Amino acid sequence: MRNIELREAIREAMQEEMRKDPLLFYMGYDIGEYGGEFRVSKGMFEEFGKRRVQDTPINENGEIGLAVGAAITGCKVIVEIPFMDFIPMAMDAIVNQAAKFNYTFAGQKSVPIVIRTAMGGYIRAAEQHSQCFENWFVHVPGLKVIIPSTGYDAKGLLKTAILDPDPVIFIEHKFMYPMKSDVPEEEYFIPFGSADIKKEGTDVTVIATSYMVHLSLNVAAKLEKEGISVEVVDPRSLVPLDEEKILESVKKTNRAVIVHEAHERGGWGGEMAAIIADKAFSYLDAPIKRVGAKNAPIPFPKELEEFILPSEASIEASIRATLS
Amino acid sequence: MATEQVKSQIPIKDFDKITLLKMYEGMLKIRMFEEREKDLIQTEQEGFAHSYVGEEAIAIGVCANLREDDYISSTHRGHGHMIAKGGDLGKMYSELYGREDGYCHGKSGSLHIADFDLGVLGANGIVSGGIPIAVGAAYSAQLRGTDQVSVAFFGEGAMNQGLFHEAANMASVFQVPVVFVVEVNHWQCGVRYETVYHPSVINNIAIRAQSYGFPGENIKGNDLLAVYNAAKKAIEHARSGKGPYLLACYTYRVETHFMGDIDIRPKEEVDEWKKKDPITGIEYRMLEEGILSGSDIEDIKDKVSQEVESAIDFARKSPKPKPESALDHVYVKFP
Repeated sequence: MRNIELREAIREAMQEEMRKDPLLFYMGYDIGEYGGEFRVSKGMFEEFGKRRVQDTPINENGEIGLAVGAAITGCKVIVEIPFMDFIPMAMDAIVNQAAKFNYTFAGQKSVPIVIRTAMGGYIRAAEQHSQCFENWFVHVPGLKVIIPSTGYDAKGLLKTAILDPDPVIFIEHKFMYPMKSDVPEEEYFIPFGSADIKKEGTDVTVIATSYMVHLSLNVAAKLEKEGISVEVVDPRSLVPLDEEKILESVKKTNRAVIVHEAHERGGWGGEMAAIIADKAFSYLDAPIKRVGAKNAPIPFPKELEEFILPSEASIEASIRATLS
Repeated sequence: MATEQVKSQIPIKDFDKITLLKMYEGMLKIRMFEEREKDLIQTEQEGFAHSYVGEEAIAIGVCANLREDDYISSTHRGHGHMIAKGGDLGKMYSELYGREDGYCHGKSGSLHIADFDLGVLGANGIVSGGIPIAVGAAYSAQLRGTDQVSVAFFGEGAMNQGLFHEAANMASVFQVPVVFVVEVNHWQCGVRYETVYHPSVINNIAIRAQSYGFPGENIKGNDLLAVYNAAKKAIEHARSGKGPYLLACYTYRVETHFMGDIDIRPKEEVDEWKKKDPITGIEYRMLEEGILSGSDIEDIKDKVSQEVESAIDFARKSPKPKPESALDHVYVKFP
């Protein structure tokens, strides 16, 4: 098995599908000769040419609007918005247009676009380059929200996303692009709505996404030495959500900690907690705990950023709280 | 701009009779559709609808130059565009009644009547929302290797959105076959256009095209022949690979912002524009040139009126959608 970087896995998913479908194109700024702000698209301009790897002006709303127009007239489109912080510029195109076309026009046209974007902090990028907005999209009917934590998952899920007839928000993590994982040579797809148990355990279930999966796994390894057995479940897709596998885990361990990097207030952790409380209340031996960024913008200096964002220490504290 | 435009200065002899009659009938269809709708929405329907009365020459003059496989994107004031692109009146009224036979199965109403088989890429409730969609369709046409053209209809209010700038700039740098048609109807809901356009450009909105490097033209939007000729040129320009084109069609929103809304406009202003009505304008020319007689006009009006009435009957008889159908079409595939 090869061990490749997250950015390579994502690139391969796009290349494989673009080689199959000449009407699939990729657009965004800096994806052409420059190779992408995170070097995800390196070499693709050379392979597919400028019409299919289309550098755009910096105009997020316009480019996603353009993608919608192309997608309802026979093309498929991958749009790259390098920082999720820039997505607010495009909320009309995503929320009012892409998410609603199939519904509004009663199934006349769906919008097969994938919006790839990178969320997250831990890179000292300050308030406007560190945010996680997945919750906004979870809230909007019509969108699918995919949030992988490994290169393997990213590749299989992105290939599924590209072939999916609905608009997909595909959320990567800036900090994780160089992170390596085992990715097979042969083609594979990962279906939406299938959570993955990243580590089995018996005492407490941690439900985490993206980079938080890795922090949680580190905490689980540490606690294992003390005899505390933590199960780490990665939903991988927030919409659709694999409730069954998550609830099954909670019913087994009787405890749940939900970890996301997005701010705690209004985060999907609240939704997850509500689902667990609604459907597995009688199995719980402790209150459900949530870990998220503190409710303040993400500041620049290391000490301040670390104070705001979730850490191994804050995850560990919440796990211990459910066990005490 | 556009103060004496009842009589077109364009020689009507250059037009063939079939095209003229088709356009005339199309304008009447929009007019009668909207006049009946104005009554129906305040009596037996619910919700809001925005009248295209007074602006008919634009949709008709532009769409008369389009093929069925060409695209348009439309606005909240979109009934006229749909009819001009060949929309079925029965399905349109059904949508306005919120019935199953509507274009959107009754789910979406006036703001969203669209028929994708006719190349109508949505009527959009978000001001300027449809503009980049038309550009995307033009981009797609190029990638698919067709010679389809895409037209974005929008009002001068939409032209002040950043999205117009984004769409126009991308259309220009990507050189895609799109024609931007701005319907300068003088009122941005309850704000007069003088409030939102600088005096130096207000009568020359087409000048904005210059900054994107494509042609723009100011047109008397109530003069059907002028619109037709300008659209012909613009659409040929786009279809032949020369890139985008902007047509600024000066017209007037004869009705209130939505049917049944309050009216803050001076009566004299509205009356002045009613004198420049696009339909009576073309009627006058056709009578003058002997293309039509008075009784021909009556016959056409009767025919269109019957078509409108039978479409209303069709809609009234259409079943109401089941409440649970409100959950259909959220996704194509879930999970």
